[in-house]
Amino acid sequence: MTTDAMERLYEGADWDFPILQRLHDACENIALKELGLDVYPNQIEVITAEQMLDAYSSVGMPLYYRHWSFGKHFTQHEALYRKGLRGLAYEIVINSSPCTSYLMEENTATMQALVIAHAAFGHNHFFKNNYLFKQWTDAEGILEYLNFAKGYVAHCEERYGEAVVERTLDAAHGLMSHGVYRYPGKKKLDLREEEKRERERREHGERNFNDLWRTVPLGPAKSLSELSVERRRSLLGLPQENILYFLEKSAPRLAPWQRELLRIVRQIAQYFYPQGQTKVMNEGTATYVHYRIMNRLHERGGISNGDFLEFLQSHTNVIFQPGFDDPRFSGFNPYALGFAMMRDIEQIVTEPDDEDRHWFPEIAGAGDPMPVLRDIWANYRDESFISQYLSPRLMRQMRMFQLHDDPAITEGIKVEAIHNERGYHRMRRELAKSYDVGWSDPNIEVVDVDLVGDRRLILHHHVVNGRLLAEGEAARVLQHLADLWGYDVLLREIGPADAVLKEHSCSPKGMALAA
Amino acid sequence: MQVLDRRLNPGGKNLENRQRFLRRAKAIVQQAVRQASKSRDISDILEGGEVSIPARGVDEPRFHHGGGGIRDQVMPGNKKFAEGDVLPRSGGGGGGGSKDGGSGDGEDAFRFVLTREEFLDLFLDDLELPDLAKRRLAEVEHEGIRRAGYAVSGSPVNIAIGRTMRHALGRRIALRRPSPQALALLEGRLADCGDADGRAALQSEIAALEARMRRIPYIDPIDIRYRRFENVPKAVAQAVMFCLMDVSGSMSEHMKDLAKRFYMLLYVFLTKRYRHVEIVFIRHTDRAEEVDEQTFFHSPATGGTVVSSAFEAMRRIVEERYPPDDWNIYAAQASDGDNSYSDGALTAGLLRDHILPVCQYFAYLEVGDADEGGESVASRSSLWGVYDSMRDGGQPIAMRKVTNRGEIFPVFRELFQRRQANEKVAS
Repeated sequence: MTTDAMERLYEGADWDFPILQRLHDACENIALKELGLDVYPNQIEVITAEQMLDAYSSVGMPLYYRHWSFGKHFTQHEALYRKGLRGLAYEIVINSSPCTSYLMEENTATMQALVIAHAAFGHNHFFKNNYLFKQWTDAEGILEYLNFAKGYVAHCEERYGEAVVERTLDAAHGLMSHGVYRYPGKKKLDLREEEKRERERREHGERNFNDLWRTVPLGPAKSLSELSVERRRSLLGLPQENILYFLEKSAPRLAPWQRELLRIVRQIAQYFYPQGQTKVMNEGTATYVHYRIMNRLHERGGISNGDFLEFLQSHTNVIFQPGFDDPRFSGFNPYALGFAMMRDIEQIVTEPDDEDRHWFPEIAGAGDPMPVLRDIWANYRDESFISQYLSPRLMRQMRMFQLHDDPAITEGIKVEAIHNERGYHRMRRELAKSYDVGWSDPNIEVVDVDLVGDRRLILHHHVVNGRLLAEGEAARVLQHLADLWGYDVLLREIGPADAVLKEHSCSPKGMALAA
Repeated sequence: MQVLDRRLNPGGKNLENRQRFLRRAKAIVQQAVRQASKSRDISDILEGGEVSIPARGVDEPRFHHGGGGIRDQVMPGNKKFAEGDVLPRSGGGGGGGSKDGGSGDGEDAFRFVLTREEFLDLFLDDLELPDLAKRRLAEVEHEGIRRAGYAVSGSPVNIAIGRTMRHALGRRIALRRPSPQALALLEGRLADCGDADGRAALQSEIAALEARMRRIPYIDPIDIRYRRFENVPKAVAQAVMFCLMDVSGSMSEHMKDLAKRFYMLLYVFLTKRYRHVEIVFIRHTDRAEEVDEQTFFHSPATGGTVVSSAFEAMRRIVEERYPPDDWNIYAAQASDGDNSYSDGALTAGLLRDHILPVCQYFAYLEVGDADEGGESVASRSSLWGVYDSMRDGGQPIAMRKVTNRGEIFPVFRELFQRRQANEKVAS
């Protein structure tokens, strides 16, 4: 590219607010004009280390309702940070509109440039354009909704006591991972509506309150015994994989405010659901974008050589991938894998070799990488992205291999595939599968309720490949579930051919949540 | 776009959450530690160990897969594996080491291991020497130094070599400094090269490389990092604890055992909690002597009983070594309560006139045989009677009686429980 020189953006490590503004404008210029990104308006906030720790413990959100578990995370992070075992993230970015990025005040000017390019343009573009985020999250409404949630929880604590609110939230948090819809529903989530809905319902209840109704005798209860299983299940909307939703709607003994708490936890879980499915892509996108922007700034003279070295150092730290036998290894680093894949795609598009043409005929040699990448960023999640675009070259470079651990093979663990012609497809499929939440999260659904009998709730865990639930923890979650449901709960682990592999059952503890 | 400065916003947004967590965690663990310490021998206490806390504790359970089953994993960094190789499983079994190993008993409680430090910390958490630092805070002293990251300037002895070399290596790679091997290779080629043109080209190439190597130094001042240290100042109070133990013939083995356990606990408590507490061990029969801790705890002695001898020894030591103006003075006495009749008045006088006025706190532990009753028993010992009347007179004495091992911990706790400011020491 021709270098259209620009003025040096800053000198030395110190920054001030005009410099931040200049950095942002320079990054924006490149991001929008050269990379063709499409972003929410940016809001950049400068915070201290302590505020960063605060943000950490509430999953990056600037406000959240109160719960001890956030304090626990804070204490953990703080201990690690104080001991110097771990540095803090340079930034946190929130999927909201305007897109808020938090920058640490300790960062040098170069780091601020990196962070602005990474968060305010990379992540921001991804949030705005990726189909999962479009489908599931409401960037405009999230902050208001969190504010409502915070107020609502505080209100409940005041009114019903901290202890019982805490128990309800504990139980709901335990089921959070099973409180999301995995398939898009009829309507888009609208968090503003949520708040209005709750308020109206309460007002309606207050307006129509009449104590006389309590004294009206009820007719003889209708017998439910004639209800067929099919009818009963369809009345309750079973089977239901969203356990929190089911409890909110059907748990017989919860107070209305407890249902609302479940709803809050569920909505927030749903909001975070896409993030778990796009770690590699999201970080890959952001890292690729900051890499491109910083390089352009350097080329055009906006960043000095020395500062660029500093950038390169942090950049290499971020994309470091230890091998499997390294003590630091803990799975694939999403930054490393994501960035490597983006660069790889760039190469396939601009300078393909024969292998690339064979594997990726539709993008190889397309010329300009940005339209291709933008299209990928918009329409894939980790699982589909990897199964589509992980190239043999990258598998060779990262020296990937696949282990197959089958307890039935007593000799040991088999090396199923390595980076050779026979292994590429298999490994790619396997790696993609490990990023599929439908595969990595246990598949549990509510299947039936014994309405005429003891009201026992029955759940099934569909076991794949003999992977049972971790027993101790499952028992504790089940306890939470039983406390919310108010009656006995039975969880069956169902293997192939409907064989019941294991059963867990649980009764609500003496101090039930519901009155 | 908008830049906002949030630094001045009030921090501590998580204060409330933190407090909730601490409340939740601490009470649970502390309770568990107390529970555990009741059933333990004193030497075990010093070891720390396993405690179990109720499941409704501080974990956040989620549904997830446990170990077992067929699993496939793709990993980076293959070095020598070929397809079809079979790797023996290491002890724990492949990859999926489940975290909740003891899932069988995970029903109502989960266990975890505390180190000795953690155990004692929790065990001793709300104990303290009463009224410490009433006298005088010793001058601020530096408690040594602690590591505090890296700095770009510092004294040469503190150069962090690893860090420095890493920076240097990174810079050399980034700036493409020619490696010595590349140079050696070219020089080798030069030596082998016959024709003049080739030689000239090689020579100019070598000259360029050498110039580049000179321009890009091996280590540049900007690479250098220093280990940074910072001082941690801390105010300290000086205190001395006198341990007075009766080892006379009237003390049975059982009583001596109780007394020693008590002092052992006291010793652990003081050494663990207060770095600047000195401990003076005095044991007495009809004569008192100052001994070291080894002798105090382990060597046998026997004889008659004259309690005043111990007080006399203590008074002398205070006079010689611990001016009451500068020191917080404490005393803990353990005895079976017997004293020779002739000594009663002298003991009371010494205690009232010399010991109690300089003491912040005086704890008296009366040990009895296992078949005796508790404090309420009518058969009051002679010392108990003397001290009791003094306590009623408003002197800072605390008294307890123990007859079996199980009571040591609770009694010890009571004697050194942290008190509210307005609560009286004497109980």
